[in-house]
Amino acid sequence: MRNYLISSILLLIALAAPFTVSSDYQISVMTQIAIFAPLAMALNILVGYAGRTSLCHGAVFGVSSYTVLYLVTVHGVSLPLAILSGILASTILAGVFGLISMRVSGVYFLLLTLALGMIVWGVCLRWTSVTGGENGIRGMIRPETVTDPTVFYYCCLAVAITTGFVIARVVKSPFGASLKGIRESESRMRSLGYNVPLHILIGFMLSGFFSGIGGALHALFNGFVSPTTVALSQSVELLLMVIVGGVGTMLGGAVGAAVIIFLQNYVSLYTERWPMVLGVFFVLTVILAPEGIIGKLRRIGRSSGGAAPTKMSEIA
Amino acid sequence: MNIILLNLLNGLTFAALLFIVASGFTLVFGLMRIVNLAHGVLYLLGGYIGYTISVYTSSYLLGLLSGAISIAIVGAILDRGLLEYVKGQELRQVLLTLGAGLVLNDLILVIWGGDTFSIRPPSTLTGVVIWGDFFYPKYRLFVLSIGVIVFISLWFLLNYTKLGALIRAGVDDHEMVDAMGVNIQKVFALTFMLGSSLAGLGGVIGGAFLTLYPTADSEILVFSLATVIIGGRGSLVGAAIGSILVGLLLTYGQIAFPELAYFVVFGPMALILAFRPLGLLGRKA
Amino acid sequence: MNRRDFVKTGAALLLASGAGSFKNVFAQDEPIRIGLMAPLTGVVASGGREIMDGFHLWWKENGSEVAGRKIEIFEEDDASNPDTALQKARRLIQQRKVHMLVGNLLANTGLAVASFVKTTGTPYFIPVIAADDLTQRQRIPNVIRVAGYSASQMPRPLADYALKQNFKTAVTISQDYTFGHEQCGGFCQTFTEGGGKILDQLWHPINTADYSPYLSKIMTIKPDVVYSVQTGADGTRVVQQWSNFGLKGKIPFYVAQNVADQSVIRTMGPEVEGLISPAQFCEGRQDPANKKFVETYEKAFNKFPSLYAFTHYTGAMWITEAIKKVNGNVQDTDAFLKAVREVELVDSPLGKKVTLDAYGNPIYDVYIRKVVKRPDGKYWNEVITTYPSVSQFWKYDPEEYMKQPAYSREFQGYDKTKS
Repeated sequence: MRNYLISSILLLIALAAPFTVSSDYQISVMTQIAIFAPLAMALNILVGYAGRTSLCHGAVFGVSSYTVLYLVTVHGVSLPLAILSGILASTILAGVFGLISMRVSGVYFLLLTLALGMIVWGVCLRWTSVTGGENGIRGMIRPETVTDPTVFYYCCLAVAITTGFVIARVVKSPFGASLKGIRESESRMRSLGYNVPLHILIGFMLSGFFSGIGGALHALFNGFVSPTTVALSQSVELLLMVIVGGVGTMLGGAVGAAVIIFLQNYVSLYTERWPMVLGVFFVLTVILAPEGIIGKLRRIGRSSGGAAPTKMSEIA
Repeated sequence: MNIILLNLLNGLTFAALLFIVASGFTLVFGLMRIVNLAHGVLYLLGGYIGYTISVYTSSYLLGLLSGAISIAIVGAILDRGLLEYVKGQELRQVLLTLGAGLVLNDLILVIWGGDTFSIRPPSTLTGVVIWGDFFYPKYRLFVLSIGVIVFISLWFLLNYTKLGALIRAGVDDHEMVDAMGVNIQKVFALTFMLGSSLAGLGGVIGGAFLTLYPTADSEILVFSLATVIIGGRGSLVGAAIGSILVGLLLTYGQIAFPELAYFVVFGPMALILAFRPLGLLGRKA
Repeated sequence: MNRRDFVKTGAALLLASGAGSFKNVFAQDEPIRIGLMAPLTGVVASGGREIMDGFHLWWKENGSEVAGRKIEIFEEDDASNPDTALQKARRLIQQRKVHMLVGNLLANTGLAVASFVKTTGTPYFIPVIAADDLTQRQRIPNVIRVAGYSASQMPRPLADYALKQNFKTAVTISQDYTFGHEQCGGFCQTFTEGGGKILDQLWHPINTADYSPYLSKIMTIKPDVVYSVQTGADGTRVVQQWSNFGLKGKIPFYVAQNVADQSVIRTMGPEVEGLISPAQFCEGRQDPANKKFVETYEKAFNKFPSLYAFTHYTGAMWITEAIKKVNGNVQDTDAFLKAVREVELVDSPLGKKVTLDAYGNPIYDVYIRKVVKRPDGKYWNEVITTYPSVSQFWKYDPEEYMKQPAYSREFQGYDKTKS
């Protein structure tokens, strides 16, 4: 019940937001949240449900942005086809990463995904003839019909809600349950006859698929992509969104994305020391509220019987 | 001009620096299971402190010492002040060091302002050594020798001192050392300080030929990560082999496939992680 | 609705429609809002600080009121990150309602903002962003390079100078991205057209810690002159390692102005002595306007100005002239942009006379500079020769010139098979 309550309130806020803001800029902040919320949810499939902390999701979603912009601006591919290719690219990349990392867990999974992300970043930075190197690829590829910021916001929101809904179904499915089982006890699942690596691989690819959708939207939103999109810092921010919102709760990703993006935009009004604020925020969350905002809320109202939140310590 | 020898030396001297930094990383990782993602920032901070001290005292040696000592202290604060809260939880520790790194990095920017600095080595170490028609920068040879000296010192420390024996025992089996009544906490604290001071020392050494600038931290961090992963956590010889491999791969990679230079280093690292997560010389705990 | 209410509403409507025609007068009272963006965090934070310092210094010296309107400056940190730069540009234009944007340092941040202002029409002034095509093949009418330069503009006189020194062969070593491609392209095209030969072009990634592989290659090639394009910390490293490897004094080392800029050489030592570079700015130039600027800046910040500070100081000067021309009416974007294009700066720190070409890029006197040691032990650039009125099109016809492809790693303005 509580889940539905929180979701409906969030949904109402998201729908009504454009009527309360005073400028296109504020709508652009909302749009960013609508793009990043499903990304954080997609990452949460791995982090929260499979217990695999990934540090390469900036690369996974950025590859979709690169593909979309490259195909449209360089090869004149039609936008829908380009978006499909972008999503496909992210899914394939996630598949490759999954194949490499499906047998590893814990801190080694984190290091391995970090290394894989670095490779993608290095290639984007240096393969100048295709990726445009440091300058990246630019192109205003947003179709006429969605150039209006408010219209585009509602488009992103619609995609976010659909994606969020599908991801929520996935993690509630038997597949999601076995992912959770792997998180709780890998050896038990193995002895029960589950193919653990295969589950991780599929989880990774699902996560990549949904990230690809976000990456395509990001390309439409910004009209350019550069290596900073696939850099480690982007992956760190995505992970922080998941952790702040609540590891292993689907709403957590959305809340975390909203909190981080909101902070990022408003802290900078008062100080340019955003990295420091982000760092302090990170440290405090890890020490004081490892279960994240949604986790904390649920803990307070445990009686209603929602799914137990995951503490980060339980994933390690 | 012997181009093969030249590139070999280039790779080895870079490897020597990498070894100094990565050996600190691998000690902490091996013994305490902490993947210190702030290690690169400690390197950079050590470099900046060493730079400032060497400018004010006009002494490179004092710069080296101050870099190493001050970072040992910073490391102790990080260890006792923050990591203590999440003891024994590997993943939270990693995330904590990541956050702490962000803060320290921005602090460096506030204090030193982001200009590129290079530490001035003493005049005896500047210029080139000439053998016939071959010449090579003295300073890089100095780095190479420091790398060797650090390796030998750590080797002695680990193999011929009580602390070293405890560290080795701790790397192999945590609980056993604890059960034997040894105060493993003290060993941990000292190891973390030692590991950090090696990062600080590396910062001063590297600051004189690779220069100090924002983002230098993440570059040295990812190369040390690659070194440690390839070599195997907690293994000194592994770190040495890993750094030589990474140093040579990077040097030759830049010449042969400049666009894929990262691939050349991180590709092998990813493969090793995927199929032999404990590295070439790592042992199962 | 009763009758009284009707009258009230009617009066209000009348007033409102009347207010429309007074809008211009009303607008004249509010300040002119300028959005200033620079990287205050990230890789190039120190350059960003100097952008801010240089820009503010102008207003501090000359008062922050032009043509009767107050100037209000909104600062934003682009964090050396194009995603952030774009978001900050949105905030400045859509929330702060600035009348113009100024600044940015890294090409990728500038390009991101440029493609955004293309849709909003906001005047955007880029004293540092040098990407050729922003004022050439893909020019955007509201993007103007006040006090800046296009990348390939500066190295051409340098190549000409190199030919005059009787250098026949050259090697370039540069960061592998657009800025480097364009600068090297300008150098190579002029050098080869004048009879020189390019023996090799070395491209390395941005943030190359270790130049030894490239320097060892140069040692084996032994060209007459080496030209190097670097930004940020790479500049410091290449100069230092050049000297470490004993190449200093053996092979003449020509560099892009970024490498010999104060932002790089002020933290360095004797290894910078003798670097040759071309620029529209030279801190050691003994011209009264320039001397005054350098002295004021030195007094305020206790260091010599870098290119970033200089271009934003003179950029502010340029903008001020244009605001005066339109009598403060910057709301009329077209008239304001026209005024900016028509500004002629005479006897400014930029030189004798500076104008913009039809494509939004300045025509400058370009100084060939050499780093020398001052009696007080500091290093700075001094003029060795001057090329008057250099345009971004050098000696070519603009339209003809733009028919050749943009410089890239593949196209460097000469036939590689012959060289």
